[in-house]
Amino acid sequence: MKMLVWVEHDGATVKDATLSTVTAATKLGAVDLLVAGAGVGAVTEAAAKIAGAGKVLVADDAALAHALAENVAPLVVTLMAGYDAFLVPATTNGKNIAPRVAALLDVMQISDILSVESADTFTRPIYAGNAIATVQSSDAKKVISVRGTAFKKAAAEGGSAAVEPVSGACDAGVSTYVGSEIAKSERPELTSAKIIVSGGRALQSSENFHAIIEPLADKLGAAVGASRAAVDAGYVPNDYQVGQTGKIVAPEVYIAIGISGAIQHLAGMKDSETIVAINMDEDAPIFHVADIGLVGDLFKIVPELTEML
Amino acid sequence: MKVLVPVKRVLDYNVKPRVKADGTGVDLANVKMSMNPFDEIAVEEAIRLKEKGVVTEVVVVSIGEAKAQETLRTALAMGADRAILVTSDAKVEPLGVAKLLKALADEELPGLVILGKQAIDDDNNQTGQMLAALTGWGQGTFASKVDVEGDFVTVTREVDGGAETEKLKLPAIVTTDLRLNEPRYASLPNIMKAKSKPLANRTPADFGVDIAPRLTTLKVVEPAKRSAGIKVADVEELVGTLKAIGVAK
Repeated sequence: MKMLVWVEHDGATVKDATLSTVTAATKLGAVDLLVAGAGVGAVTEAAAKIAGAGKVLVADDAALAHALAENVAPLVVTLMAGYDAFLVPATTNGKNIAPRVAALLDVMQISDILSVESADTFTRPIYAGNAIATVQSSDAKKVISVRGTAFKKAAAEGGSAAVEPVSGACDAGVSTYVGSEIAKSERPELTSAKIIVSGGRALQSSENFHAIIEPLADKLGAAVGASRAAVDAGYVPNDYQVGQTGKIVAPEVYIAIGISGAIQHLAGMKDSETIVAINMDEDAPIFHVADIGLVGDLFKIVPELTEML
Repeated sequence: MKVLVPVKRVLDYNVKPRVKADGTGVDLANVKMSMNPFDEIAVEEAIRLKEKGVVTEVVVVSIGEAKAQETLRTALAMGADRAILVTSDAKVEPLGVAKLLKALADEELPGLVILGKQAIDDDNNQTGQMLAALTGWGQGTFASKVDVEGDFVTVTREVDGGAETEKLKLPAIVTTDLRLNEPRYASLPNIMKAKSKPLANRTPADFGVDIAPRLTTLKVVEPAKRSAGIKVADVEELVGTLKAIGVAK
C-alpha cells in the first residue's frame, strides 16, 4: 500500500499537523509526501528530513500558491494514479482540499480519524466527540483527514527522502487569492503548545482577558485559547477558539479560566493530559472533566497564581 | 440570480446525544430534531442577499426522511421562496448528497449554492467541497463574510491563524462558519405563510445517480470518560499541585 500525505505549510515551514498525519499514514503503508505551493524550496528541504518519508513530490507552481483547493485538487487526483490513499491533516486547509479530491476520485472521505484499525477500518468522532464511530470503507482508494491530536508526531529530523519534482499544475480559473490576516504572536501555536491557558465569558471584557489571561500564559510559556462565548463576545479573535467548530487541542496541561464547559468546548479539549479549571460556579460542567479544580473568583485567583508561579 | 440552500435535519444542538446500548448509533427516537445550525446560517445569508436585491429567489432543498419537510418549512418561514424534498429513508453519505445536489444544480442553475460547513451529527465537513468538485465551481469554505459583486463573489474565510479572502467566479459554492450572521427567528405570521409556499417532492431515483454508501458503520461507542479529579482549596494548594505534576517549578 502506498500513501500520499499532503504537507501543510506556510511557505516557509512544515506545520506540525503534517507530522501526526505521517504517523497515521505509516500505519497503512509506505509514505510519500506532496509539497505543493509556489517557492517551496525551504519547505521541501524540511519535508525531506521527516522520518518515515520515502519520497517528497514537489509541485512548485504559481497556481498552487495559497493552497487554493480548486487548483491543488486536480493535481492530487493525477498523482493518485500511483497511490492507494491520500491523507491530509484535519486543519482548515486540509478540510478544504481533501473532499474536493475525494469527489473527483468518486471516493467517500473518512474525516478526522482518531485511529487506524486496519487497512480499511478507522475510528472517528461524531456528534462533537460525544460518540466514536468505527467505520469501514469499501472504496478502492481512500481519502482521509487525520486529527492531529490523536497521533504522535513523526520526528521532524532524521529522514533523508529523495526529492522528485512533479509537473502538471494549472490554474482552474475559478478562484483567486485576495489576501489574508494571519495573527502574529510570540506565543506558541494553539494546536502544538504544551500548555494552554484558556479564558471564557466570565472574563467580562477584552481588557480583562488580556490583563488576566495573558500574564499567566506568558509566565508558563503557554498558548492562549478561548471559549466560543469569549470569541462571540469579541474579547479575542476567532482563531483563539477551542471547541467543536474551533481548534481541537490536546496539550499536556489545559488551564480553563472562567469557562463553564459547554459540550462544544469540551469537544475541543477533553483529550488534554491534565485539565485545570478555575471557575466561580462549583456546579460548572468543566469540573466534571477537570483533574484539578479551584472554585472561586478568577479576578482574585489568577493574578495570585501568576504571582506565585 | 437564484440561490440554492441545502439543509439537513439533525439532532437539536441542545440535546445531549446518547449512544444506543446495542452500539449501532446515536438514539434519535423521541428526541428533538432541528435544522443543522450551520444550515440556518446558510438560509439566513441567502435571505439577506435577497433583501439586498442581489438574489431573486431562494430555493431550499433537503435530502432525507419525510420528516425533513418540517426543516424545509422552517426555512420557508425564515423567508426562503420554495423547497425541494428528496425523500430517502436510507442514509445518504456526503458523496451521494453532493451527487444529488449536482443533478439539482443542473436543473435549477443557481448562481450560488450556500451550505453549512458541516452537519453537527456526522461532523464530516465534506458536502460543499464535494459539490464544488462535481460542478467544477470555486469553493469559499468556512465563510465569515460574503460579498456578491457582478460576476464574482468575495468570501472571507475563517482559517487556522486568522482570516483569508478569496474571489470566486460565479456560479460558486459557499460554506458557512459560525460568525457569518445570526439567523432570524421565523415570526408566527411567516410560519403560517410558509405552509402555502411550494414544496416539491422528489426521490433519488429521479436523478439517476449512484448514492450507494461506501462506508459501513461497524459500531458506535461512547468516548472514554475522564475520571473525576480533585478540588483544591486555594491558590497555594493549586500551585503546590501544579509543581507536583511538573507544570511549575
